Amino acid sequence: MSTDSPSLRPKGVLKSRVIRTLDGLGLEIFVPAIRLATGEEPGVQIRDLIRSVGVPILSIGVFLALWGSLAASVETSIGSVPGPAQVWTEAQALVDDHYAERAKEVAFNERMEVKKQEWLAKGKTWKDRKYSGKPTYFDQIWTSLQTVFAGFLVASLIAVPIGILCGLSRTMNAAFAPLIQVFKPVSPLAWLPIVMILVSALYTSESPFFEKSFITSALTVSLCSLWPTLVNTSLGVASVDQDHLNVARVLKLPWTTRVFKIVVPSALPLIFTGLRLSLGVGWMVLIAAEMLAQNPGLGKFVWDMFQNGSSQTLAQIMVAVFTIGLIGFALDRLMVAFQRSVSFDGGATA
Amino acid sequence: MSAAPLVQRPFLEISGVSKSFGEGAARTEVLSEIDLSVPEGEFLAIVGFSGSGKTTLINLIAGLVEPDEGTIELDGRAIQGPGPDRGVVFQTYALLPWLTVMGNVQLAVDSVFANESKREREVRARRYVEMVGLGAAHWKYPSELSGGMRQRVAVARGLAMDPKILLLDEPLSALDALTRATLQSEIEQIWAADRKTVVLITNDVDEAILLADRIIPLRPGPRASLGPAFEVPLERPRDRTAVNDDPQFKKIRNEITHYLNAVSSQAARAASRRRVKKPDVKPLDLRPRSLPTAR
Repeated sequence: MSTDSPSLRPKGVLKSRVIRTLDGLGLEIFVPAIRLATGEEPGVQIRDLIRSVGVPILSIGVFLALWGSLAASVETSIGSVPGPAQVWTEAQALVDDHYAERAKEVAFNERMEVKKQEWLAKGKTWKDRKYSGKPTYFDQIWTSLQTVFAGFLVASLIAVPIGILCGLSRTMNAAFAPLIQVFKPVSPLAWLPIVMILVSALYTSESPFFEKSFITSALTVSLCSLWPTLVNTSLGVASVDQDHLNVARVLKLPWTTRVFKIVVPSALPLIFTGLRLSLGVGWMVLIAAEMLAQNPGLGKFVWDMFQNGSSQTLAQIMVAVFTIGLIGFALDRLMVAFQRSVSFDGGATA
Repeated sequence: MSAAPLVQRPFLEISGVSKSFGEGAARTEVLSEIDLSVPEGEFLAIVGFSGSGKTTLINLIAGLVEPDEGTIELDGRAIQGPGPDRGVVFQTYALLPWLTVMGNVQLAVDSVFANESKREREVRARRYVEMVGLGAAHWKYPSELSGGMRQRVAVARGLAMDPKILLLDEPLSALDALTRATLQSEIEQIWAADRKTVVLITNDVDEAILLADRIIPLRPGPRASLGPAFEVPLERPRDRTAVNDDPQFKKIRNEITHYLNAVSSQAARAASRRRVKKPDVKPLDLRPRSLPTAR
């Protein structure tokens, strides 16, 4: 962007839009760069830039250097602890493996197609066969994401309405409070066996639409992640501005209008705070659930690598650790963006 | 059009109303033995110091608060709970921040005129938004409006309910002096257009004289009660610059100010006579050791 543009206004509007979008996405660390590019107070912006970008880069660098220098000196039964370089190599290997596997699948499907034509030409009946290769690293990530969102969706569908009821009525709140207090701190590892047994007993369809393992993991995620949403929703509903409720009373709004036009919109920022916390908890719980229940996903990947006990095991698990962390971070940013889009007060919600 | 309102059947009738808050020893009587009757079409102002129970009085009329004793009747019927026949413009405006200007007014119109068609309701809401001069800003959210504009939305919403009586609770107290002056004239114009009964609560004697037909001071609480009524026989429309030199205006202002000062020093003397045992505590010094310097 040039700094000597003839008309200043359109550029200013564009800039403030870009900055607002970045803010909304929770990427405010890039804001100083935009301001610097447009020549706004270079001294201040450079200082901001050093703090918001330079310092994090430096701290990551220090972390990698320490890791690299210390890792090699730790010997385990399966070789020394891998440094950043080995983990990076392993990450690339997992990506390559994914493409190799996909190529195999394509080749398999092509072979089958040729065979199918031959058989049909000979007048024989043909039954389609699916490629049954092992799931790649990306398949596992995709499964985990589907599972966490399914569980999160179920949790939200339960937690938001109950939270609203608890916030609206002291009686409901008194009814649910002890249950919430007792179940909230329970670890996913305790829920999992119960869920597994119940799903086995109750989910007995001939041709299941969902895999049993998927349901087990998703429900475990739900059970652990519904609490933050429930508690925050009920708090948000209970703390609606008295003036706003007075407006509803003066207008004699019917119950439904009062709830949907006044109470819920006013509680939305807190509801979204709850949802954001819930998704974070859900993602954390999911890995544990998949690992313990041998359900497909990133957790199973970690477990399988652990069982392998090869020289790459540690590096592969570390790749998984970074993947889990980065996805968790991305999910959080996603929820922050949603949260900002519904907050009417323009308040800070970082 | 001028002079004292004709003696007619009271439209709003408050008799022997008292209201206390709190329990046991902490119980304080905020309003005591309030009697008030307002004829239809009158613009009544109630002036008083902050904390004298003005908002409680409005809340009682609005039905948001129940009186402990006494009755409040509007148009011959005892009021029971809040209702859209008494439009309230809250001191804090109480606009819903997630609705636009139109949305806020429409919420009132939709609930009060539920039997009208969608189109009719929209026209109605739009009419009030334009009446307060916000036609061009009807799509904005409260956070994008200035204080004066928010106040106008609140007035538009109050009027759009088409209430029998409009209750204004210090509607202009949060605004700067210039915006106040503009809105005072606008409120007078809007009132002159359909002559609704209005009860205005204010702490500004000039504002009361500019707008009202009759002014009643509220003696400072606790146990606040109403003082004697002051008629305002000034010609309408009242021009705020011209009226400043009007001897009648000056006289009314002096009388009311004197009255308020007298009752307030009386109340202060009464308060100082009450002996309160002061707790023997020393405040903690919570200041930070070194104040951060601004960049």
